[in-house]
Amino acid sequence: MLSFVSAVGSVVLGTLAHVGGVFKLLVQTLFWLVIGPFKKKPPSRKNIFAQMVFSGVNSLIIVFFVALFTGIVLAMQSAYQLAQLGAVMYVASLVAVSMARELGPVLTALVVAGRVGAAITAELGSMKVTEQVEALQSLALNPVRYLVVPRFLALVIMLPCLTIFSDLMGMLGGYLVGVFNLNINSGMYINITLKFLTLKDIYTGLIKSVFFGMIIALIGCYMGLNTKGGAEGVGRATTVSVVTSFILIILSDCVLTGIFYFSNM
Amino acid sequence: MQEKDVIVEVKDLVKTFDGRTVLDGVNLKLRKGETTVIMGGSGCGKSTLLRHIIGSYVPDSGSITIFGKEITSLEESEFDKIRKKFGMVFQNSALFDSMNVEDNLSLALREHTELAEDIIKIMVKMKLELVGLRGFEKLMPSALSGGMRKRVGLARAIAMDPEIIFYDEPTAGLDPIVAGVIDKLILDLGKKLQITSIVVTHDMKSVFSVADRIAMLYEGKVIAEGTMEEIKHSKDPRVQQFITGSPDGPIKFFMDSGGYLEELTK
Ligand SMILES: Nc1ncnc2c1ncn2[C@@H]1O[C@H](COP(=O)(O)OP(=O)(O)OP(=O)(O)O)[C@@H](O)[C@H]1O
Ligand SMILES: [Mg+2]
Repeated sequence: MLSFVSAVGSVVLGTLAHVGGVFKLLVQTLFWLVIGPFKKKPPSRKNIFAQMVFSGVNSLIIVFFVALFTGIVLAMQSAYQLAQLGAVMYVASLVAVSMARELGPVLTALVVAGRVGAAITAELGSMKVTEQVEALQSLALNPVRYLVVPRFLALVIMLPCLTIFSDLMGMLGGYLVGVFNLNINSGMYINITLKFLTLKDIYTGLIKSVFFGMIIALIGCYMGLNTKGGAEGVGRATTVSVVTSFILIILSDCVLTGIFYFSNM
Repeated sequence: MQEKDVIVEVKDLVKTFDGRTVLDGVNLKLRKGETTVIMGGSGCGKSTLLRHIIGSYVPDSGSITIFGKEITSLEESEFDKIRKKFGMVFQNSALFDSMNVEDNLSLALREHTELAEDIIKIMVKMKLELVGLRGFEKLMPSALSGGMRKRVGLARAIAMDPEIIFYDEPTAGLDPIVAGVIDKLILDLGKKLQITSIVVTHDMKSVFSVADRIAMLYEGKVIAEGTMEEIKHSKDPRVQQFITGSPDGPIKFFMDSGGYLEELTK
């Protein structure tokens, strides 16, 4: 009994330590991001650019496929329901609003967490276990400024961009089903989409994706920089990083949606 | 002889890993321009000691002063000012895998100085020449041999012209000629540029060619410290055993044979 209590206790304490660690990393990252440039220590542009290409541009193809097919599936599933109400043409607004408010940001974040978050943890983790992080430190280069800030900034900028792209591709998927299968007139489909899709739908989705970008970058970097124990440790850290990001993305999605819902946004 | 300025001072340093005490009250003083060699058996905590001095590990107790500043309680940004004045050669090189040799060397120069790119290129070439690797600028670390990586690591450590250099086994794994060249380089840096250094090494030939002073680490303590002559003629049988490399003596490699037998048949 006592051992059970102490086991639970140590898990709770361990989790709290991680929460504290991630929070500390966030504070340090914001510090270097905001204060750094005034101390003549801006994050390196070359690194930020490289990270933006890696996390943004190179994710386009997979985001394209995921969003397009989600749009198609969404249109078919909702057409099945709406047909019973004789309101098939509202497939257009349904697809557009659900992509913009929910599926665009969340699916893009999950895809990027799997692709980019995992890569960040694997890269920083192997740097950690081969003493490269220590070497950076010994050259008076702060690892948070040099490694975390460019990745953080790249994700916070690129994830909303990818989300916009994903929203559009989802709507394209819906359009394909609507026009070619449901025989909705093309102009009509676009009209209904524009009529029901408000700016609010889009920017609440983008606000979510900014938070998701922060989560992916922070968890990826934190797990990477705290990797212990050789190649096996890197593998373990990568798995934990992706799983944690997934959970936090879904959790924060729920919280943010709640906030938007109850504040009538 | 007049006392030179103490640059680095380690006092009563204690570090325990998971209940295993690795450093148990280490005391050490480095004076300006002197090369101190740290000897000691494998796993006795030499690298751990260096990691404390460069601030990667925080000691359980004890103090470390560099240039008169107590570093164990120093703020990160203050510590970075000190870090710019020293270089570290890592035991496993620790080169940045994602950058080629040139970028490995020029990273600190680019980040900490305002030098023009072509001047940085020239400086990189000069440092590579010192370790005999000019012409390898564009290679990635994964394309280098272990000894070459070690030499690039050394070139990176001296890229910023530091005042203190820590070498963690700089000649291990190098052929005797290159090892000789590196020893001479360490010697030159110390004598001509008045650089203070710590060299961790097992290589007795290296010890006697570069050392001004020698400290021997054993069971978490410095058991002998002095000039080369003092150590050579030390009465301490543990020091003598280490110098001659004899398997018999007070430092036991094997446990008592009785215990071994028991453990095998347990
Ligand atoms: N991060 C760590 N966690 C746990 N134990 C550690 C850690 N770092 C070092 N040790 C332990 O500290 C002891 C000293 O290690 P260290 O690397 O300093 O030895 P060393 O004197 O440099 O040996 P070598 O000559 O083989 O390089 C070893 O027993 C090692 O297991
Ligand atoms: Mg070592």
